Amino acid sequence: MPERDEEWTGLMRAANAGDAVAYHRLLASITPVLRAAARRGLARAGQPVDQSEDIVQDILLAVHLKRNTWNAEAPFAPWLFAIARNKLIDALRRRGRRVFVNIDDFAEIIAGPPAEETMAARDVTAHLNGLSPRQRDVLQSIAVDSASIAETANRLAMSEGAVRVALHRGLASLAAKLRKE
Amino acid sequence: MDTERLINTLALDAGHRERPVGVALAVALLLAAPVSIALFMMVLGMRPDVATAMHNPFFDLKFVVTIALASVAIAISLHLARPEATLAAWGWLLLIPVGLIALGIAFEMMLPHERPWLTRLIGNNAIACVSAIPLFSLPLLAAALFALRRGAPSRPMLAGAVAGLLAAGLGATLYASHCTDDSPLFVATWYPLAIAMVAAVGAFAGRRLLRF
Repeated sequence: MPERDEEWTGLMRAANAGDAVAYHRLLASITPVLRAAARRGLARAGQPVDQSEDIVQDILLAVHLKRNTWNAEAPFAPWLFAIARNKLIDALRRRGRRVFVNIDDFAEIIAGPPAEETMAARDVTAHLNGLSPRQRDVLQSIAVDSASIAETANRLAMSEGAVRVALHRGLASLAAKLRKE
Repeated sequence: MDTERLINTLALDAGHRERPVGVALAVALLLAAPVSIALFMMVLGMRPDVATAMHNPFFDLKFVVTIALASVAIAISLHLARPEATLAAWGWLLLIPVGLIALGIAFEMMLPHERPWLTRLIGNNAIACVSAIPLFSLPLLAAALFALRRGAPSRPMLAGAVAGLLAAGLGATLYASHCTDDSPLFVATWYPLAIAMVAAVGAFAGRRLLRF
């Protein structure tokens, strides 16, 4: 799907130039594709597909935290699928499966129709308790209660800058927790 | 938290991007280099006849080889920090330092010698070489691994091993200025042993530290 890939690459370039709206659109656009991939990966490994959502969230976190490794001259899709494949393999391994996910499998997954439903059976917020109190409060406020940066700053009596720092560190710690799981 | 909220949260953090891995690696190596150099000066120091040794092409070749190894390993490390990277595209670069030392050996073989080749190969500093190169490399390896944690290697063990080659290339550059064994036969025998040790440490550390 070359148009889709070009769109993603363009959105990621815009995001890197500081366009948060483009970044949001990119994440929203890749999510159904990642979900279809995660469901198919789980199904192939004989695992229940209702656990796909925490894999999707794990991939999104990695995309977010590692986007400095994307080369703006290169297309975005191969980079994304490499991240996703790693996270899928990790997730299946954690479930005690010896797995081998090859690139062709993945291309096939990607070409499939995106699954639309969202499931939140187990998700990354299950790990919030392991974070420092400040990171946990900020993530709880923004990610769970959907508060803005300003509202969170107000509620927790912090500066907006401090909220932003705690938010970023909290996301990084969350990713580290998932990795150690 | 449903995925939509996670996406909103990540978009709120859009302004915060990590530095490119290359910048982080450069800073880390610049910070660790003085540690390794200080260690080198304290433990060994340069050989006293370094000014005359510089006119010996076989002395100079040691630096060409070790600096080539370090440069190539830096390039491959940065490449492998990207998740979609494979060694296939860049791995052949490692043949450059190997080829250089092979040329050195061939050239030395054509010259007349007072000492037999086995004496030159065994040299006088084998044990120092095999222990000193890892010692000087370790601070650089730690720094490189720390910086490469910003990357996203699909093969963390391999990425760690290449970081080991990088650190060992730099460590061997320091050691080469101390060592009085300049024969390419000595270099081709003992340096790789020391370098392989550092690469092995890097591989094991990388498997744990470089996963993302």
